[in-house]
Amino acid sequence: MADTIWVYAEINDDRITTTSLEMLAKASEVGTAEAVLLGPAPDDAAQTLANYGASKIYRCADAVYKDYLTLPAAETVAGLIQKHNPAVMLFASSYAGRDLVANLSARLDCGAITDVGDFELKDGSVVATIPALGASYQNTSTLVHAGTKLLVVRPKSFEPKLNDKPLAVEEVAAAADEKLRRVHMKERVEVKREGPSLEGAKIVVSGGRGLKGEEQFNMLKDLADVLGGAVGASRAAVDAGWVPYAMQIGQTGKTVKPDIYFAVGISGAVQHLSGMKTSKYIITINKDAEAPIFQYSDFGIVGDLFKVVPQLIEELKKRKGA
Amino acid sequence: MNVVVCGKVIPASTVIIEIDSSSKRMQRKGVPHELDPAAASAVEEGLRLTEKHGGAVVLVTMGTSDATIGIRNALAMGVTSAVHILDDAVAGSDTLGTAKLLAAAIKKLEYDLVICATESSDSYSGIVHGQIAQLLGLPALTFAKEVAVEGGKITIKRQSETGFDLVESSLPALVACSSGINEPRYPQLKGIMAAKKKEIKVYTAADLGLSPDQVGEKGAREKVLSIGRPPKRQAGKAVVDEGEGGKQIADFLAEIKVI
Repeated sequence: MADTIWVYAEINDDRITTTSLEMLAKASEVGTAEAVLLGPAPDDAAQTLANYGASKIYRCADAVYKDYLTLPAAETVAGLIQKHNPAVMLFASSYAGRDLVANLSARLDCGAITDVGDFELKDGSVVATIPALGASYQNTSTLVHAGTKLLVVRPKSFEPKLNDKPLAVEEVAAAADEKLRRVHMKERVEVKREGPSLEGAKIVVSGGRGLKGEEQFNMLKDLADVLGGAVGASRAAVDAGWVPYAMQIGQTGKTVKPDIYFAVGISGAVQHLSGMKTSKYIITINKDAEAPIFQYSDFGIVGDLFKVVPQLIEELKKRKGA
Repeated sequence: MNVVVCGKVIPASTVIIEIDSSSKRMQRKGVPHELDPAAASAVEEGLRLTEKHGGAVVLVTMGTSDATIGIRNALAMGVTSAVHILDDAVAGSDTLGTAKLLAAAIKKLEYDLVICATESSDSYSGIVHGQIAQLLGLPALTFAKEVAVEGGKITIKRQSETGFDLVESSLPALVACSSGINEPRYPQLKGIMAAKKKEIKVYTAADLGLSPDQVGEKGAREKVLSIGRPPKRQAGKAVVDEGEGGKQIADFLAEIKVI
């Protein structure tokens, strides 16, 4: 249908992901929202999707979608797209979402727009807004081929909204072809972390190249702990091997939107700004007064982070105790 | 084991890239270029695997003549030979057009494994490798932070939202490395000298059996409609630390009622 918008719903931590619900909110606003949910999911998953605006849910609970990467899901989604021809299909900018869109685009010989921050639908054609080159430019793009348009949407682009629809589930057959079982998910390993997750934290303390090493990140952890926040990093710190990729904030990492964002020893490359510039308050500590990050800061200290941060931690502890 | 590394040569990280307002493309021409650090990691991974298991590494890239410096760098690192898709007709290709060209060039080679970066450091679309895999009929193992090959099988540690997944497939396959998977080696003098004698094969789109309406601006499904600068955020106060910086931040936090 001309205004049907599909959302590829994902499960993480036994729940429908927030990004899935965010996309449903936008899809409902622009047209008729429907969802595709593949793989094992909790009992109330379909109901949740309906509560957030999905007027129909294409569903297959087969474990093949969990046990084998990309190919079974791509086969099923491609089949559904060819049969129902939705105007747009939205995928989260997640590991699974990006892989799936890449495969579908080649399979269906259609275009795809990634890193979408917003979009509109006019007479069946889609106009997507993309923050480009980090945050320094904003582009709009369209897809000029016939058929379903694939968009990969950045997390936190929209607010999830309750929008009750009657539960309508259409069961679809599982992808059965043996040839699709090629990339085997053997084991999921959880790496324990303490404190709030980066995405959920109200306060994020991030370090960059200026930290000069892995050990110095402990200092940021201390600061985050005093404030009940989480520690993030710029790509420079991740590429240097000081902290894992899971901590990376920016266009190629996570997008965060905390109340307070500390940029410590981060110059503010466009690629980083794109992942944090919508934070409510940005506080910067950097020795270079010319660093672009100061342009985005609400409050900044030009100084030696190795002096300023310990003093701040000390001060916070003192004021807390008082 | 023969490896194909697919990687990009991009404007050096020191260059501030401008956008050409008429073509709406990045102005890549005439600025200093370098092998994309993400591609250098893919090259490094390929070299490490062939050092262990034997075989050759071939770099496949697409770009203008400015790409040569990056290709030489990869050859100096130890790559055996290179393939350069060089053709004005491919300018303005979208992700799928790029993937079709790269896949067609890879098809001409003998390989057990194709290694890509998860995304380039200048355009970050992050889907070209997945498109290449599908076009070549290869299983794609993506977001790899560790790669091991053993007895015709490849196993990776794949990043996940909560840790990592162990993912396995049989060869031939395509693997996409995440940033920071390794520390790429610096070319040594011996490698730099040897690189001068190594072969760089040049192909046009037509050489690869692709017509002009399948690639480049003409074949692109994605059309850029507009470019612009989003409004700048009002810069706030910045003070030079005179020994009270930490306390001043605490004062600011109190002011906005965080503490």
